[in-house]
Amino acid sequence: MSTQEDIIVKARGVTKVYTMGAEKVHALRGIDLDVRRGEYLSILGPSGSGKSTFFNMVGGLDRPTEGHVEIDGYSLSDLNQKQLAWVRCHKMGYIFQSFNLIMTMTALENVALPRIFAGETPAKAREAAAEILNVVGLGHRLTHLPSQVSGGQQQRIAIARALVNKPSIVLADEPTGNLDLHTGEEIIALLGDLKTKFGITIITATHDMKMLSASDTVVWIKDGQADRIAHRGEFDISVGTIDGKTLA
Amino acid sequence: MEKIPEQKHVSWGVTFNVSWAGIRRRFFRSLVTMSGVVLAIAFLTYMQIMNKIVNALIDAHDPVLDAVLQAAGVEIHESGSNDSILLLIILSLLACFVGIVNSMLMSVTERIKEIGTLKCLGALDGFIVRSYFIESSVQGVAGTCLGCLLGMVVSITVAFMSYKMHVAAHFPWLGLFEALGISLLTGTLLSISAAILPAYMAAKKQPVDAMRVEE
Repeated sequence: MSTQEDIIVKARGVTKVYTMGAEKVHALRGIDLDVRRGEYLSILGPSGSGKSTFFNMVGGLDRPTEGHVEIDGYSLSDLNQKQLAWVRCHKMGYIFQSFNLIMTMTALENVALPRIFAGETPAKAREAAAEILNVVGLGHRLTHLPSQVSGGQQQRIAIARALVNKPSIVLADEPTGNLDLHTGEEIIALLGDLKTKFGITIITATHDMKMLSASDTVVWIKDGQADRIAHRGEFDISVGTIDGKTLA
Repeated sequence: MEKIPEQKHVSWGVTFNVSWAGIRRRFFRSLVTMSGVVLAIAFLTYMQIMNKIVNALIDAHDPVLDAVLQAAGVEIHESGSNDSILLLIILSLLACFVGIVNSMLMSVTERIKEIGTLKCLGALDGFIVRSYFIESSVQGVAGTCLGCLLGMVVSITVAFMSYKMHVAAHFPWLGLFEALGISLLTGTLLSISAAILPAYMAAKKQPVDAMRVEE
């Protein structure tokens, strides 16, 4: 049973309504969710289910119409823009489906950015960036531009960038969505290792069954509501095999 | 519970360093934006310098020179600026201004995802505004300098071809520097003011824009 201190993300009655002309679209209809510190949580749901909207709320990227989201005990709705930016910079790390690296910057410059935003000098930021790029296995690609490395390597750069400020939570939006099967597996394994190594909480929005099998908790979102929440051992995913490899 | 601190601004110097990487590696795009400034400022410089040279020649009150000027189609009754030329200059500067705004706005649209990502990483609106300002100013100032150089070279060459060595004897040095000063100032102000709207639009983009799927 988890104690109050173990909860790093707390969502209560999260509702999101978009107004499109005269019509109101209810993207989320009141979701309650607790995420424990150090947990690997996956959010699952078909497109249009409100999965991405909820993911963005939890990540502090969007504000709910009603309800509230607390991160590490701080209610996001009480924060002003500069405090939200501080939370994003220091507490969160973001990994995107299409990597979202700055294409005109080298691997080192990309990874150093969050450190620079945190107020560090460029020289020190680059030092920290080189260190973390070594951890993700890209110590030999520091001065390469994103266009000069493979997709898997780009996602490794993005992971290094997400971790460089030692965040409490890493949000990964379909992190394997643009990668082939084997590279995707490598990225999932890397995320798992880093979760243990840095003690971070990982929240992903995904369709990838491989990611679900690595999760501690899976939340199914359907019609803007949490349809089902299952912890490890309570869900059994089996989708068969490809190339003789078991997917889950 | 302790209060969450506010994110601090990144200094101009560091912002310049970060923006410089983008300007350098987007060199071709920068050249396209810059070419509008180069041409408009070259035109402004050319018109000013030619005007100064012709006026200097008229003011010399030399009958031989007057004949040369008349042969070149210049009215020598009085020296002064020409209203229709002024209108032409204003129009060219206006076109240049709209060109910069358009090109910078396109760059904001192209980079919505990048701006969203920067905000996810902790960038404040101020950082985005400053980096767009720096980008536009660097392009504007570089374009202005090139435009001044181009306008000066072309106007002096044309003047020498039309009025031969009379130009050297009556060269308006003070007027030349005055013209270059006006062009530099106009070009710089023009590019900086053209960056205001795009920089503001860029800063208003939200972190959630980083999640856009379309490339």
